[in-house]
Amino acid sequence: MKLDYIAKRFGIFLLVIWLALTVIFFLPRFSTQNPIREKMNQEMLRGGYVQVGMEQMIEEYESKFGLNKPLWEQYGTYLSDMGRLDFGYSIAHYPKTVKSMLSEGLPWSIGLLGMTTLIAFGVGSLLGALLAWRRAPQVLRYLFPPLLVLSAVPFYLLGLVLIFFLAFENSWFPLFGGYSPGTVTDWLSISFWGNVLHHSFLPALSMILAGIGLWALTMRGMMVTVQGEDYMTMAEAKGLKGSTLFFRYALRNSILPQVTSLVLALGHVVGGAVLVEVVFGYPGIGTTLYHAIREFDYFVIQGIILIVIVAIALGTFLLDVAYPLLDPRITYRRA
Amino acid sequence: MNTQLLKLQELQVFYHTDEGAVKAVDGVTLSLAKGERLGLVGESGCGKSTIAMTIMGLIKSPGRIEGGKILLGEVDLTKLSEGEMRRLRLNQVGLIPQGAMNSLNPVSRVKDQIIDGMRAHNQQISKRELRSRVYEVLESVGLRRGVARMYAHELSGGMKQRVCVAIAISLHPQVVIADEPTSALDVVVQREVMETIGQLQQQLGASVILAGHDMGLMAQFVDRLAVMYAGKLVEIGPVKELFAKPLHPYTQLLLASLPGLAQRGVFRGIPGLTPSLVHVPPGCLFYPRCPQAMEICSQEVPALREGDGRQVACHLYDSEVMI
Amino acid sequence: MNRRILAAMRYTRRNPALAVGIGLLLAILLFWGIGSIFVPFSRTSALSVPASRAPSWEFPLGTDRQGRDLLAVMIAGTSLTLRIGLIAGFIGIFIGTILGFVSAYYRGAVDTIIRGSVDVLLTVPSLLVMILVAVALKGGLTVEGMALVVSILAWVWPTRTIRAQVLTMRESGYIRVAQLSGMSSPEIIVKEMMPNLLPYLAASLVNAVAAAILASIGLEALGLGPMESPTLGMTIYWVLHYSALLHGMWWWWAPPIIIIVILFVGLFLLSTGLDELANPRVRRSV
Repeated sequence: MKLDYIAKRFGIFLLVIWLALTVIFFLPRFSTQNPIREKMNQEMLRGGYVQVGMEQMIEEYESKFGLNKPLWEQYGTYLSDMGRLDFGYSIAHYPKTVKSMLSEGLPWSIGLLGMTTLIAFGVGSLLGALLAWRRAPQVLRYLFPPLLVLSAVPFYLLGLVLIFFLAFENSWFPLFGGYSPGTVTDWLSISFWGNVLHHSFLPALSMILAGIGLWALTMRGMMVTVQGEDYMTMAEAKGLKGSTLFFRYALRNSILPQVTSLVLALGHVVGGAVLVEVVFGYPGIGTTLYHAIREFDYFVIQGIILIVIVAIALGTFLLDVAYPLLDPRITYRRA
Repeated sequence: MNTQLLKLQELQVFYHTDEGAVKAVDGVTLSLAKGERLGLVGESGCGKSTIAMTIMGLIKSPGRIEGGKILLGEVDLTKLSEGEMRRLRLNQVGLIPQGAMNSLNPVSRVKDQIIDGMRAHNQQISKRELRSRVYEVLESVGLRRGVARMYAHELSGGMKQRVCVAIAISLHPQVVIADEPTSALDVVVQREVMETIGQLQQQLGASVILAGHDMGLMAQFVDRLAVMYAGKLVEIGPVKELFAKPLHPYTQLLLASLPGLAQRGVFRGIPGLTPSLVHVPPGCLFYPRCPQAMEICSQEVPALREGDGRQVACHLYDSEVMI
Repeated sequence: MNRRILAAMRYTRRNPALAVGIGLLLAILLFWGIGSIFVPFSRTSALSVPASRAPSWEFPLGTDRQGRDLLAVMIAGTSLTLRIGLIAGFIGIFIGTILGFVSAYYRGAVDTIIRGSVDVLLTVPSLLVMILVAVALKGGLTVEGMALVVSILAWVWPTRTIRAQVLTMRESGYIRVAQLSGMSSPEIIVKEMMPNLLPYLAASLVNAVAAAILASIGLEALGLGPMESPTLGMTIYWVLHYSALLHGMWWWWAPPIIIIVILFVGLFLLSTGLDELANPRVRRSV
């Protein structure tokens, strides 16, 4: 019975990945475009000249990228390639592979996203819970309007504002980048880490602030509902201390739907993170994606989006499996 | 002579809404003797639940105690701070709540919910003693030890309510307030739970206030019965006498509406609606529905007159000497 | 007439979100309405006015690097972005209502499929999917095209909400009563369910519009939008492209952000207000 539940969830996980792969594969093929040709055209426009033997070059590339084979064969090769994590070559930066570009940016993005999500969720949820709690210091209520505004502002726009006030007007923080240009990337040196943290501060701050707004508001909503429940009255009738009521009764019951919201919001958070990276020129896969879009580097775009979808599907799967551990009402039996 | 354990004096509890103040409880005076079972009966909205909650100190804004006193021994509960009130809860006054379906924390085990009440009032108890107390208290309500490990959703309605009873008496309070404890249960389980409550009350020598709308249940369980209407007390007296000879017209109608085994045919309800508690009309609040209404009833509020262990607020008995 | 006004004002005290939300959105509409009368649309084209000017009497919001009058751009952009949001929002609600309804009312296999798809699609990062689609289309996107791209996933959340609501309604008493008293299914749907669904539909619509606007701005900021149109998102794109921030051209990047924030806060409050209208909570302490 336990295995049943996990197996079913895993099956959905695989299904999602397969679906994503297929959509990504077929989508550009519906438009009659050919990434190689497009790229060539773009180069030509930029360079301003027509190269002799252009057609030959295109055909060369096409055969190399396997674009001249029948559709089903391409699909098969595609799936097996994906299985081996071979995402192909970057068209714009040939002969760099997509995989190498991804592995350069991925650690930065995971670091930023992971840390900010954890902090924003934790602090935001606690703040939201306190906002809804009758016995919490009333002065906290004044936080409500700014949190409201923060939750409505897209992450990256907040980033722009922060850059202006904290990096431009007062040069407390650097304007962009993951680390100062020209610095040697020595992961073993403390000063390098310091440099990195200094650069990550603003992007992280914009994501944390906006995130706190969002989580605080949803948590507050949950807490208000929970406080109206009969078991809260009973708990109070037992003469329990305020802190016990808050943590063991109200918070404990509100956190469950809040975690569900987290899972659902992951997609949204990731989207926002991409734009934040772009605004700050932060060297994660978001910036890579941005450049790939501008350069129409199709395979890179494909690879990044795929990785992200897989990561989120994995996260969802893990959370799904962990949920019964949090909520005793949901057993592994009821899939 | 029994000492009066709990005294309500001219208690007023209003809810302040946009439309005005809802006079949920308007000048109620009651007393509860040690070891006594007092019933509080009336229609929905008559104020009985409000009284129950007020004694526990659980009335929240927009509700507020407007006036009067609640004396537990010498202490006036209305004047206590939240901290002081908290210490009295469960310790001195226990609550058996109405909605047992949802009165237990869904994510905690039963034993934890019994324990946290005990811990809140006595930090020093050892784990071993806590455990033995939990089993003791579960057994006293007729539940087996295994229940301690369970979660609320694994229990039936009757079992959940028994757990609530167990929690309410776990610290041997002087007063137990049962706010419609069996409304959500079927008749058979109702009986069992009420029997359990009765047994415990006798063992502990506690006093019980049973609030509800089921006259039949009151007849079987309580010693004295107080009848409420629209926030006011209309009649109070020993239950057998009340049933044998109801004085107030409302009580008479309540009793008449009970189905008896011998009766067949149309049931008699009480026509009309309860009055607005915001824009309170002058005079007796039962006037529009009273079959024995007189002119004075629409002008003056009847005072509570006492006589021979019974009290009634009705103009019918203004000049009479109570028998 | 007086009593109605008084009742409305009293309700405002209980539901301030609704009032403030409507107020903010009205302010934006006024901005657009009055503005479009006085400022000609032609000034939103590139090279129509001198470039990179700071705010002055002639150009209250200055001009950008490509020679656009930014006041005109803001006015036009507000309406264009709103239009995208509304089109995508309505499409999303339309499809979502149908799917949610069918799923909840008829249940069975149809319900399993629809609900399954919704659950899966909700976890997918919508922005990324839309990026894929936009990149694949590549050809010049128009404002309407933008709306269509954004509406691809706009129906997912509404379907879920509507389905949940219809499920609750279906099990509730008055539907049974209606069925027992002989009303036919379509009659029940129209006469009993629809009026009760309306507040939820309204709230969902507002949410869908907000999400659509958010997505469109995101896509445009990345450079995947209608390049020729002065939507709010495209302005952000040009701001990033020309590093307006580093050049101190505050008049270029600040107004769109302010308008966007007002728009989102207004929509959010409106949605909260409608939620409260549909599902009034027991009034808590003042």
